[in-house]
Amino acid sequence: MALPKYTETHYRIWHYCYLFFCGCVFFFLIAPLFVIFPLSFNAEEFLVFSEGMKRLDPEAFSLRWYHDMIYGTKNPWGLAAKNSFIIAIFATIGSVILGTVAALGLSSKHMPYKGIIMATLISPMIVPLIISGVAIFFFMAKVGLAATHAGIILAHIILGTPFVVITVTATLSGFDHSVTRAAASLGSNPVNTFMKITLPLILPGVISGGLFAFVTSFDEVVIVLFLAGLDNTTIPIQMWTGLREQLSPTILSVATCLIVLSTLVLVAAELLRRRSERIRGINR
Amino acid sequence: MSSESQKILTTDGIPLEESLKKTERKNKIKAFLLVCPLLFFLIISYVSPIVGMLFTSVDDRMVTNMLPKTFKAMEDWDGKDLPSEKVFEAFYLDYKILVDENRHGKLATQMNYEKNGFKSILKKLARKQKKFEEGNYKEQIMKVHKRWGQVDYWRAIKRRAPSYSYIKYLKGVDMYENEEGKIVEVPEDRRIYKILWLRTLEIALVVTIFCFLLAYPIAHLLATLPMKYSNLLMICVLLPFWTSLLVRTASWMILLQQQGLVNDFLVWIGIVADDHRPVMMYNKIGTYIAMTQILLPFMVLPLYSVMKTISPSLMRAGKSLGGTPFITFWKIYFPLTIPGIGAGCLLVFILAIGYYITPELVGGASGTLISNQIAYHMKHTLDWSFASAMGLMLLTGVLVVYWVYNKLVGIDNIKLG
Repeated sequence: MALPKYTETHYRIWHYCYLFFCGCVFFFLIAPLFVIFPLSFNAEEFLVFSEGMKRLDPEAFSLRWYHDMIYGTKNPWGLAAKNSFIIAIFATIGSVILGTVAALGLSSKHMPYKGIIMATLISPMIVPLIISGVAIFFFMAKVGLAATHAGIILAHIILGTPFVVITVTATLSGFDHSVTRAAASLGSNPVNTFMKITLPLILPGVISGGLFAFVTSFDEVVIVLFLAGLDNTTIPIQMWTGLREQLSPTILSVATCLIVLSTLVLVAAELLRRRSERIRGINR
Repeated sequence: MSSESQKILTTDGIPLEESLKKTERKNKIKAFLLVCPLLFFLIISYVSPIVGMLFTSVDDRMVTNMLPKTFKAMEDWDGKDLPSEKVFEAFYLDYKILVDENRHGKLATQMNYEKNGFKSILKKLARKQKKFEEGNYKEQIMKVHKRWGQVDYWRAIKRRAPSYSYIKYLKGVDMYENEEGKIVEVPEDRRIYKILWLRTLEIALVVTIFCFLLAYPIAHLLATLPMKYSNLLMICVLLPFWTSLLVRTASWMILLQQQGLVNDFLVWIGIVADDHRPVMMYNKIGTYIAMTQILLPFMVLPLYSVMKTISPSLMRAGKSLGGTPFITFWKIYFPLTIPGIGAGCLLVFILAIGYYITPELVGGASGTLISNQIAYHMKHTLDWSFASAMGLMLLTGVLVVYWVYNKLVGIDNIKLG
């Protein structure tokens, strides 16, 4: 966005100030993530840049915290990672199925009481997490699912469905319903029509909703803090205890792995968004 | 359709109108059935427990169950003079069981909240009651401490008799019901929750304003830059958005510590002396900085999606009609972005007001919010009814904000990604 030649000086100055300010904000957003990366290769036990690291001395860098993360004694990360993935995967599957089906109903123009039902369905997103945590804890304790994987998975399904409902309803808003009618007129039953026609078309929305649900579950601390026992510790819970109690650089190795994971999720989400826009015919 | 004209029939011989209605109803049921599984799942496992919190919050059976005989004996006490020997005996018997089962500490905490000075006389009674002789309990109890002979304390006990009460809500705003049954504020040195509510509101507002001030320019830049640059810069917004909250909080803990990079930088440019490094963590500053960075993407994304739809020709038209860049911005561009501003501010404010993780880790004592207090009562004091009461008060606040937003801007503006 180069300025035209006739721009007056003070606007020019103003414009460069604006660009500088934006640069600072972008730096503020992204830089904290990059602090973790070098520190996770620290050879020492402290969470500060050692003199050696500032001089880029190869001696000051090591992989010992990654080693500790994988092979460390009484290592909690293996179990935590396993639990996190199991919980997140099942929670995602549950949210996607329930959310997609509900979104199909919601975007039908015949749906009665649309406003209030939509409000109920996305309420877990609006209610502060701590309140959801208290409520879900009361429920799970009553039905005997506290401190079980099933309880945590159900809790995460509750949190994940609003994202699926919102993304799929958005995809369906540009959906041409005549294609399903065409399929029906050609003798296809509703299930077949859904699997062969509707689903492939709304798939980007479904998957990106699923990604949101996965990340929500994978990153969720508050509810797991209330619900989890010793056997259901997850990666966020381990990080939480680590950050509160013994601040060890192993946490930074885990954090680095999580950043890599989130980069992958970002790429996937971005590709999906573009594909979805192409299918819906939105050109920018 | 005029009434004289013949009704149009379908091939089955049913009037078309009726047939249409039938199909309509069928479609309605079909749509509703699709929504059913999720709706009922949420109602059972989510909405009903929240409603259940309403009951938990007024549930005061803890004290009622601890002193059952006392409250029974107190039923025919008018509350004017000291209660009769019967009440004293019942209280002695109830309290003896509590001491034997080691539950009397809880009663002391609860009663001390009702009236100051209860804790010490209950503790003293717990020690002395072992040597009590049978009969004439009134005299023996009054001998333990002179306050047991004051009618105020017995009235305070009687006030806790009902199974349901709203005292937890009063406690949540630093009020209580005094002897005359009037609702008054607790003494100034014991007020904690009012400060906490105000601080929560203050932090949520300040973070929202900071986010808005930082997000508006970059959302504008992202929306006006050519695609190939803006996509690259968008990563700076989206990567933190997808990154784990704990990772981002951890990085702020590293940056803001006394030997951290921010302090190093300040020393290096000479703003602060090396031995006077400012404390930026475990206080409000830490909470402000970390929460602003963490919630910033939630402000940028709605702003961006609105700004993207504003045609640049509007600005050009404004300029060609003689407006200076500032006037065209203020009169044309800014009003068009208000839906985005509304959505972003609402999102950030609601997220900030219920924030728990980041304040707990970087907030210290002066940077924590109401949710930290809720979690504390859930996990440590186990005063679930108080936690529920505070949770519901917070929820009411959020819903009011939400309702106002819906009136002003409309709720359909929330977009993801």
